[in-house]
Amino acid sequence: MLRAYVLIALWQARPGLAGYDVADAVTFCFVTQAFIGPMQLFGGGLSLPERIRSGDVALDLVRPASLQLWTLAEDIGRAAYLFAVRGLPPMLLGAAVFGIVVPADPGRWAAFLAGFAIAVVVSFGWRYLIALSVCWLLDDRGVAVLSMVLTTFFSGLLVPLNLFPGWFGDLVTALPWAAMVQMPADLYLGKAPVPQTLAVQVFWAAVLLGAGALGTRAVRHKVVIQGG
Amino acid sequence: MVRTYFLLAWTWTRAAAAYPGSFVLMVALGFVAAALDVAVVLIIFANTTALAGFSREEVLLLYGAAGLSFSLCDTFVSNLDRVSQHIKSGTFDTFLIRPVGAWIQLTTDRFNATRVGRVLQAAIVLGYAIAALGIGWERGWMIPVMVATGVVIFAALWTLAAALQFVLTDAPEVTNAFTYGSNQLTQYPLAVYARDLVKGVTYVLPLAFVNWQPGLYVLGRDDPFGTPEAMRFLGPAAALVLALPAALAWRQGIRHYRSTGS
Repeated sequence: MLRAYVLIALWQARPGLAGYDVADAVTFCFVTQAFIGPMQLFGGGLSLPERIRSGDVALDLVRPASLQLWTLAEDIGRAAYLFAVRGLPPMLLGAAVFGIVVPADPGRWAAFLAGFAIAVVVSFGWRYLIALSVCWLLDDRGVAVLSMVLTTFFSGLLVPLNLFPGWFGDLVTALPWAAMVQMPADLYLGKAPVPQTLAVQVFWAAVLLGAGALGTRAVRHKVVIQGG
Repeated sequence: MVRTYFLLAWTWTRAAAAYPGSFVLMVALGFVAAALDVAVVLIIFANTTALAGFSREEVLLLYGAAGLSFSLCDTFVSNLDRVSQHIKSGTFDTFLIRPVGAWIQLTTDRFNATRVGRVLQAAIVLGYAIAALGIGWERGWMIPVMVATGVVIFAALWTLAAALQFVLTDAPEVTNAFTYGSNQLTQYPLAVYARDLVKGVTYVLPLAFVNWQPGLYVLGRDDPFGTPEAMRFLGPAAALVLALPAALAWRQGIRHYRSTGS
């Protein structure tokens, strides 16, 4: 909410900046706020690091189902729940206090929901990789902070990515984190070409899931079972 | 009391330093995580020259002053948060029978020296802003005063939050919204917020005295909300007015503490 005021002040100083007007900027703020819960943008959400540390992961690995898909299914269920309880309230609050843009066109809603769903998978793909790193590092606190720094800053959660100046701006929009927050938010605002945006998101989801699958295979050889 | 505090803090620091690699990494990451807020300020000012009438260096001065107070409190006082866990599990009993005040023991409970990374970051930003704005002693004397005022205000907030845990038992999230929220609030000039919100943080919860009111004096500016000049110097008084009820609330909390048991 405080962030909304800062963005309002910025757009009052520079109306029309980055192709948004003040209402768009406020909407961006509250829509992205709603992403925090479902996508666990501050990190965590997976029980995997804890299970690796406690050794319970050994049980997961002998189950006749893929560890990655198993975790993904768990995560999507959690995301759907959190979208309802953590995502909708801040949006309704924003709508009540500041008045946010609500797309009237059902096509835009469909594009947003598709983008949002893919973004949840991208976010899972990233957090799964972070979780797997615990197999090698044995402690997840360091990477957790690193992941939080990368995710909050490069996803557009702190400031919209289109405010980033010059080549740095081009770089951050090409990184996977942009597919988590900036892209679905732009789909909501109708500021992004739908097919290209969804394609980029699917690309990142596929890359991260692919890396996760490779990582899972490596873990089968590497995993250290803790406990006595 | 002070000696005991540092003795306890030093004990926890030595325990943490037993893993030097992790320790250094956490200090560095704390520094980077805190620097993100500055990066946001810089990105905003890459797009505009003034935010609510304040220049980049002026915003950084306000940010640095509040950040220094907050991170000092985050390092030395915020461990009070843990009181809710101790109340819930009943381990708070042991704090009460030791020959040191419970407040001192709790503020050093798992004292986390790695947070100095954040203190350092805020101090660098503040130093840069002072140098860039060319602030001399005739107004700059207010800066140490406002950092000290901020420390007292934030410490009082944390104590109030901890005292509330005696009633709420297990709701650190509720009180964290206040403590960490007030850090967010003070990072920017209050001129960007709505008038009613600013009134609230001036007259109800005196956050405006952490950096805004004294900061206006340092910058030699008038308040966009039109408060009188004398308000710039009320910081220490406001801090005391908040610290007294905080201390009373803490004592009341301890007096009404009931241990758990099966």
